[in-house]
Amino acid sequence: MSTSRDWPLFEVFIRARGGLDHKHVGSVHAVDARMAMEHARDLYTRRQEGVSIWVVRSSEIIASDPSDADAFFEPARDKVYRHPTFYDIPDEVKTL
Amino acid sequence: MSAQFQADAHFRYVLRLADANLVLAQRLGELIGHAPALEEDLALGNVALDLLGQARLLLTHAGALEGQDRDEDMLAFLREQREFLNATLVEQPNGDFAHVIVRQFLFDAWQLEIYTRLGASADPQLAAIAAKGVKEARYHLRFSSGWVVRLGDGTGESRARAQQALEALWPHTVELFDADDIDRAMLAQGVGVDLGAVQAAWNRHIDTTLAEATLTRPADRPWRWYGKRGQHGEHLGRLLAEMQYMQRTYPGAAW
Amino acid sequence: MDSEALERRFQARIDADERIEPKDWMPDSYRRTLIRQMAQHAHSEIVGMLPEGNWITRAPTLKRKAILMAKVQDEGGHGAYLYGATETLGVTRDALIEELLAGAAKYSSIFNYPTPTWADIGAIGWLVDGAAIMNQIPLCRCSFGPYARAMVRICKEESFHQRQGYDIMLQLSRGTDAQRRMAQEALDRWWWPSLMMFGPPDADSKHSAQSMRWKIKRFSNDELRERFIEFTVPQAQYLGLTVPQGEIDWSEFRDVLDGHGPCNRERLAARRRAHEQGLWVRDAATAYASRQAARKMQAAS
Repeated sequence: MSTSRDWPLFEVFIRARGGLDHKHVGSVHAVDARMAMEHARDLYTRRQEGVSIWVVRSSEIIASDPSDADAFFEPARDKVYRHPTFYDIPDEVKTL
Repeated sequence: MSAQFQADAHFRYVLRLADANLVLAQRLGELIGHAPALEEDLALGNVALDLLGQARLLLTHAGALEGQDRDEDMLAFLREQREFLNATLVEQPNGDFAHVIVRQFLFDAWQLEIYTRLGASADPQLAAIAAKGVKEARYHLRFSSGWVVRLGDGTGESRARAQQALEALWPHTVELFDADDIDRAMLAQGVGVDLGAVQAAWNRHIDTTLAEATLTRPADRPWRWYGKRGQHGEHLGRLLAEMQYMQRTYPGAAW
Repeated sequence: MDSEALERRFQARIDADERIEPKDWMPDSYRRTLIRQMAQHAHSEIVGMLPEGNWITRAPTLKRKAILMAKVQDEGGHGAYLYGATETLGVTRDALIEELLAGAAKYSSIFNYPTPTWADIGAIGWLVDGAAIMNQIPLCRCSFGPYARAMVRICKEESFHQRQGYDIMLQLSRGTDAQRRMAQEALDRWWWPSLMMFGPPDADSKHSAQSMRWKIKRFSNDELRERFIEFTVPQAQYLGLTVPQGEIDWSEFRDVLDGHGPCNRERLAARRRAHEQGLWVRDAATAYASRQAARKMQAAS
């Protein structure tokens, strides 16, 4: 058997330290989950960048379509009253 | 036993560990940039850096035990072949990736068991180095045993290559467990470890992984290598000629 | 929306300093330019492991050996980041590497020069990494998100590379006559190739104007080159070394780029060898994984 094809792609997410979210850092090629985990460790944590790693097959990621962006994200734009800065509170009123 | 023998045995005991790490790091260093996949270049680089780091700590400690003002570089670059006390396993040439991985696997399983026990050494410096090294060794074994299984249970070609590497390297594992006066003296002092116990644990690693890899454990042969007594084969001399080239060519220069 | 309108909107986003992400609409020529440039960049990192890797086994002290190993390994890591970022544009790393090995893709011509002495390792860190950093820092703000993010990571990691190179040169410059001579000869060897790393003069640079408009590039070749010279000359003086005088030989640059430099053949041959000798290994892992997956399926059914 000679496939000569590269190993599948996995996306890598790293938690930099306790208390933070896992953040997407890039990808690795690997044949399975175990190898992907090791490759992620070897590539992305050479300088103590992480305390926890997630890997997921790139083909398993479901992403929103940029052409839906208007329908998805524009409607939130005029709901300014959802933000605290929308309200003018007199300076004398504290802890609000 | 004389105090002189004890001191010398302690020095040599640490040097054996140091040289094993140094020589294997040197072999892995030859590979960086030439691995079968980019990710494996990164992986082998990490292993090599860990081993080199351990070698430096151990050499520095050996130098202190000897008390003749030899630092890590003098010990690494200015000793001759017969003064190197690494097991011959680690000086074997890289060959194909199966040789690299099998050599690493046989070594990692040994190193993990040695360090696990050295954590309780009566030599506090050695215990501290082992406590740091044991975490590295555990990851190395995970890496190398994973590849032994992939190669053994991979394709027909990879299986044949892995078995061949195993046959070629197996004779070099015997001395890893062959206790001599130095090992016995250090064990008696609580500095060293019981190689019998190390061997039993090593056998379990080897047998479990080889079974998973569908590889066959080679038979033991009567011939014995004794790199740990400075008796090497044909490969170490060249490795040293390359490694020591700069220090030999420019004596006394600082770099 | 017709393509002209899309293109206008695309350029407006770039002008507003917005980042473009892989699934966003982009002109084909923008995609092609990025793939070409990012792949060249990735190839440069991978081929760049070879000239320095040449000295790992002969580094003169254990500390230098550890530093050099880490640095060469970092370059492999940078190649991996960059291939990964390029793959977001819909090409496979495999295809990019095939192009490199077939001699169809370019990489930085600097890595086709030899490293005959230890001082070359110092000179590469100081000059080549110095020039690379100068080229790369503006790329951290490049308009394509994955490229910019990879460059942020790379620049952060690379900050030690130049310093360790200068540190080697500093030690040599304070050493014996033989060491000082070694340092000067290495500077002589690497000076012109380093200046060529910024690319052809602005007047001859065919991709520059469009790349500036797309904010893939933010400074011109000559601007960056001048800045590099301005920074580097005093550093050479501090070492007591003499910077070569004269002009860049652009015919040499083009010739090396075309495959006729001192080490082009060796570099590509080394990459090909690793790739070909690795084939059975990569296949073994693939075969093992698919067998494992089948076993799991069977166990579940």
